[in-house]
Amino acid sequence: MRRAALLVLAAVVVLMTVALTASRAQAGTLDDMRARGTLVWAGDVQGGEPYVFDDERTPGKLIGFEVEIADAIARRLGVSARFRQVDWAVLVPALERGDCDIVMNGLEATADRRERILLSRPYFIYEEVLAVRRGSGMRTLDDLRGKRVGTLNQTFAFQLLGARPIERVIYEGVQEPYADLSQGRLDGVLLENVIAERYGCGMPDVECLATAIARGAYVIGMRKGDVTLARAIDDTLGAMVDDGELRKILERWKLWSASQAELHAPDALAVAQGASGANDATFGLAQGRRSLDRAQLVLFAEGAMVTLALTCGAFAIAMPLGWLLAVLRLYGGKVGSAIAASYVEVFRGTPVLLQLYVLYFGLAPVVRLGPVSAAILGLGLNYAAYEAEVYRGAILAVPRGQSEAAAALGLTRAQTLRHVLFPQAMRHALPAVTNDFVALLKDSSLVSVITVVELTKRMTIAAVDLRSWLLPGLLCAAMYFVMSFPLARLSRHLERRLARDSHPRLA
Amino acid sequence: MIRIRGLRKTFGARAVLSGIDADLEAGRIVAVVGPSGCGKSTLLRCLNGLATFEEGSVAIAGFALAPGRTGTRDLQSLRAKVGMVFQEFHLFEHLSALENVTLAQRLVLRRENDEATTRARALLAEVGLEDRADAYPHQLSGGQKQRVAIARALALPLDVLLLDEPTSALDRGMREEVRATLRDVASRTKLTMLLVTHDMRLARALAHDAWIMKDGQIAERGEAKGLLASRSDDDDD
Repeated sequence: MRRAALLVLAAVVVLMTVALTASRAQAGTLDDMRARGTLVWAGDVQGGEPYVFDDERTPGKLIGFEVEIADAIARRLGVSARFRQVDWAVLVPALERGDCDIVMNGLEATADRRERILLSRPYFIYEEVLAVRRGSGMRTLDDLRGKRVGTLNQTFAFQLLGARPIERVIYEGVQEPYADLSQGRLDGVLLENVIAERYGCGMPDVECLATAIARGAYVIGMRKGDVTLARAIDDTLGAMVDDGELRKILERWKLWSASQAELHAPDALAVAQGASGANDATFGLAQGRRSLDRAQLVLFAEGAMVTLALTCGAFAIAMPLGWLLAVLRLYGGKVGSAIAASYVEVFRGTPVLLQLYVLYFGLAPVVRLGPVSAAILGLGLNYAAYEAEVYRGAILAVPRGQSEAAAALGLTRAQTLRHVLFPQAMRHALPAVTNDFVALLKDSSLVSVITVVELTKRMTIAAVDLRSWLLPGLLCAAMYFVMSFPLARLSRHLERRLARDSHPRLA
Repeated sequence: MIRIRGLRKTFGARAVLSGIDADLEAGRIVAVVGPSGCGKSTLLRCLNGLATFEEGSVAIAGFALAPGRTGTRDLQSLRAKVGMVFQEFHLFEHLSALENVTLAQRLVLRRENDEATTRARALLAEVGLEDRADAYPHQLSGGQKQRVAIARALALPLDVLLLDEPTSALDRGMREEVRATLRDVASRTKLTMLLVTHDMRLARALAHDAWIMKDGQIAERGEAKGLLASRSDDDDD
């Protein structure tokens, strides 16, 4: 009885908290802002110059044309602007859960976003620029049919590419796609002119096509209920257009162009969206999906297969290399032992994310690995360090008498290792190894930073398409579970068998 | 068969073997007895290279051991001639009784699997365990394990068998079964044996000669009958 009462109480508390939070959001963010004196705006510094980025002369200080726009808006609203770092791909969810008052970071006005949040009038008109390798002869998106084209996740360009039979390759940073284009890993890159001009068009092997693929507007995003705030922001932006402050800011960042005149049009947003001839597709594709359909499920299944293949491939490297390192560490003499120990410390002591970056982007001028091979190799090399320690411990756990008995029978050291120590150590190691395999299954989601789309990445993409994390999240979790649960069972079974076989038992 | 001259070994500052001279003729069995820590087991381990020594020399089964490390190739050939049975058996835990007895035949003698298996079954039969051939060590009693270990040692064409307290880790009942097995092996094989033991009943049953060790030296030596007749031991039963 008491337990039931407690549960009810807990439920009431949770509901009240939710209700309170919701009502605070309703009460008007603008009032909140004025009360606390700040405008909290979110963006992603990883987007780099010229949006929001670290001032190299004053470390810790952020500069960029959006910083100046945010400052101007805040000043005109009588508050001060405060920046909040949020991963670009989750700007909208972060806004919705109340992490900030507005989002402003190269957010394109799309039908999708307009349905989900409030969008301000534009503060910049951009063009989608297609970059190709110099001399490749590619001129249009149609030329790139079946080819690999890079872009950023959840951008308008990402949607444009999705509507065509083109292999989208997703990046997290703005520099990497152009580097890969120049390395020959990509056939094209589709991104806004702001990015293309700064990061791509200047590269010797990269050519930016003169005709824009599409045009659009950067806008400020606000929560659905914040109508008052939206009106205030629109008015402020309008005033900045009229008195020329916006133009001054854009000119300072060399972003002013003839097309920015459209910012003056009363319904500049509509103008910007309909401006390009290539936009027939825009409206059709911008209608997001509402539920998980068959095609989505197939994509999820493919993602799961990629995850499984990555894990098996990486483990196929990690296990033999791990044994080699363990043996080298134990029996390799001073030099061998030092080499093995350094390997383990380096790979275990640095983030696997960094290792993947170095392997894929850093070593690209020397060895040009494909994303999947780089992912398998990177995870395999990293996990080998962990496996080496597991196997070393397992070898040491084999009683000394075993190798003495083998030696006394005249076995060589190699024979002793292979026929006596190895099989027994393997039995000791198996539960830990199964455990590592399951961990790797989940760690493999890290490889999305080098453009591999596996299960987790598929989930984040679908979440945007569906405008909900819940269903894709549950599906993704279920798929990981289906893959890892049999292994967990196997691990427990092995552990039980081992416990029965081995002697040490507490009396 | 065995010739030991001026054998010295230290662990740090402590001399474990302080100048041992001894000879053992082929086919003789010597019991090495003495209090714990007197160096008997170390002496045994110096004879098949499991332990190194600082001074002196050992000649055994046609091989010569000098101070320091011996070449691994020589050691492997030596060990194929000089077998060892351990106090704690040290059976290979991941192999069945049969596989324990075939392993060295296959790897050291390069025998074919069939030949090794036939020989292993015969050896297991000789120690009375033909019906336990497929059992794993954890399924065997202590006495059975030690009998498998004896069969495992005998699978190589030995000249010398070193026995390091073969009954000390066993309960009373099992001790007798291992004694019987060793008596049988001694009478059948006529092997040269060094038996380090506290088990006087085993020593009296097996040994022709006795070396009584004290403080790293052989204090007394002679016929087992005379030297061991009056000796009793806490392990004796």
